[in-house]
Amino acid sequence: MAKSIDVQDLDIFYGDFKAVEGVSMTIKAKSVTAFIGPSGCGKSTFLRSLNRMHEVIPGARVEGKVMVDGMSLYDPIVDPVEVRRRIGMVFQRPNPFPTMSIYENVLAGNRLNNKRMPKSEADDVVEKSLRGANLWNEVKDRLGKPGMGLSGGQQQRLCIARAIAVEPEVLLMDEPCSALDPISTAAVEDLIHDLKSSYTIVIVTHNMQQAARVSDDTGFFNLKAAGKPGHLVEFNPTKQMFTNPDSPDTEAYISGRFG
Amino acid sequence: MSTGSSLTPPPAVSARRGRLALGDRVFAASARGAGLLILLALAGVFVFLLIQGIPGLSVDPKEYGQGFETFWQYVGPLLFGTIFISLLALIVAVPFALAVALFISHYAPRRLATPVAYVIDLLAAVPSVVFGLWGGRALSQALKPVINWLGDYLNWIPLFKGPASPNGQTALTAALVLGVMILPIITAISREVFAQTPRLNEEAAIGLGATRWEVIRLAVLPYAKSGVIAGIMLGLGRALGETMAVTMVYSSSPKYMLNIIGDTSPQTIAANIANNYAEASADKQHVLIAAGLVLFAFTFVVNFIARWAIGRGERKLAR
Repeated sequence: MAKSIDVQDLDIFYGDFKAVEGVSMTIKAKSVTAFIGPSGCGKSTFLRSLNRMHEVIPGARVEGKVMVDGMSLYDPIVDPVEVRRRIGMVFQRPNPFPTMSIYENVLAGNRLNNKRMPKSEADDVVEKSLRGANLWNEVKDRLGKPGMGLSGGQQQRLCIARAIAVEPEVLLMDEPCSALDPISTAAVEDLIHDLKSSYTIVIVTHNMQQAARVSDDTGFFNLKAAGKPGHLVEFNPTKQMFTNPDSPDTEAYISGRFG
Repeated sequence: MSTGSSLTPPPAVSARRGRLALGDRVFAASARGAGLLILLALAGVFVFLLIQGIPGLSVDPKEYGQGFETFWQYVGPLLFGTIFISLLALIVAVPFALAVALFISHYAPRRLATPVAYVIDLLAAVPSVVFGLWGGRALSQALKPVINWLGDYLNWIPLFKGPASPNGQTALTAALVLGVMILPIITAISREVFAQTPRLNEEAAIGLGATRWEVIRLAVLPYAKSGVIAGIMLGLGRALGETMAVTMVYSSSPKYMLNIIGDTSPQTIAANIANNYAEASADKQHVLIAAGLVLFAFTFVVNFIARWAIGRGERKLAR
């Protein structure tokens, strides 16, 4: 079930350092939302705070609210492990588990918590997820082979298959194409289009054409100055963002006249 | 003329290159020399064992003692004892070492992890004689009630058949001492490889909603497997050759036996050499050296198998 995300006044800290300040936005269900901005502006940090991944760094904490379907992610009773099961993530570099076959990689999330699954059901999940990730036809004859044997673009689609195999409510993608060649990038972008019909997708990208191609809404993050926290400059429908942005800073950034 | 000279490098650059090349050559030669020296030392030990040990294979049977007819009858129980005690030590040490290593690398907060790692490393600096004294005097006393209990209630297991030793100086005690002795090396190596798990793999597991243990199971252990095996093999190597901890803890006899809580326990090759070498006749010395050769060969085989297993794991990963 795709869900929407409501963020109110979110500050993110690493220890005493405030990395992101005062972000509020509503991410719509069954749509693609892209974050753009210069390096170090906090867009990846913000993305990671949406499934509490940033907490793996010691000293990381947030102030403010992130609501998914009316429930606060940072409520003390909420288990971060549970959050990450419901909100999946795809990373910058493809990271299939190196010792596992393609088949086992897809099922890795489903196998957590020692959940048992009959063979026929497992086969179905693998086929459905790999089809969902546009990879089935390329790998159906070698499911038992190691996931590391695939090309970079195939590995990234395998990671997407692994993420959607657990049927998450939201799929977060942290620069998913930055390590891929243009053809693999096109394959992943097509996939994002297809996935939009069933998932809420949030993607961080350095490539503004990519943001323009795949997303419905775009958020532009920036730093006020070096050493200051990142903040959200503008959040608008992508079409408006790239033709008639509200903020002159946004226009400067997307037209390449940055600074 | 001027165009031709521009092709040769200016004198300052070529002089610098020459110095670098000299440093390079010296370093390459000393590294190569060190490598060859180690091989030579190993070959020297092997040749010594071979020359001095071969006569020991065919001495007067009375030198073997205990009514043994041939060298192989004599060395068999000793080799059995060596492997048996070492495996017991591994059974004690490995789970403990892996748990400590995981605690240091993944569970403990940094201000606790560093001192714990330091203390474990210190354990490796304790001389084996001291471990022997501690095992023979302190640990054996402390273990008496445990040994009695094992002898009374678990005597249906061959390992604890009994009768329980009254002084606590048993193979079980020695195995525990050995386990403590090989703990630091297994812990140190495991901790290093655990800590080197690529962030990428750990994040893959965390992102799927894995608990801390599941992260370890999915990302850390598969990655660290070959390194951990290498650490265990180094620990096994140390246990196989360890002399003092065994000699000083229990009284032994060269017999095949599984009972580890009795008065006498299986003799090991290293302890047998240490016990008998001082007052041995020339023939008996040859016999002891031949036993040493058997230990050498066995340790070599163990290491060889370990390397093969590790290599196989890595090849599988690379495929």
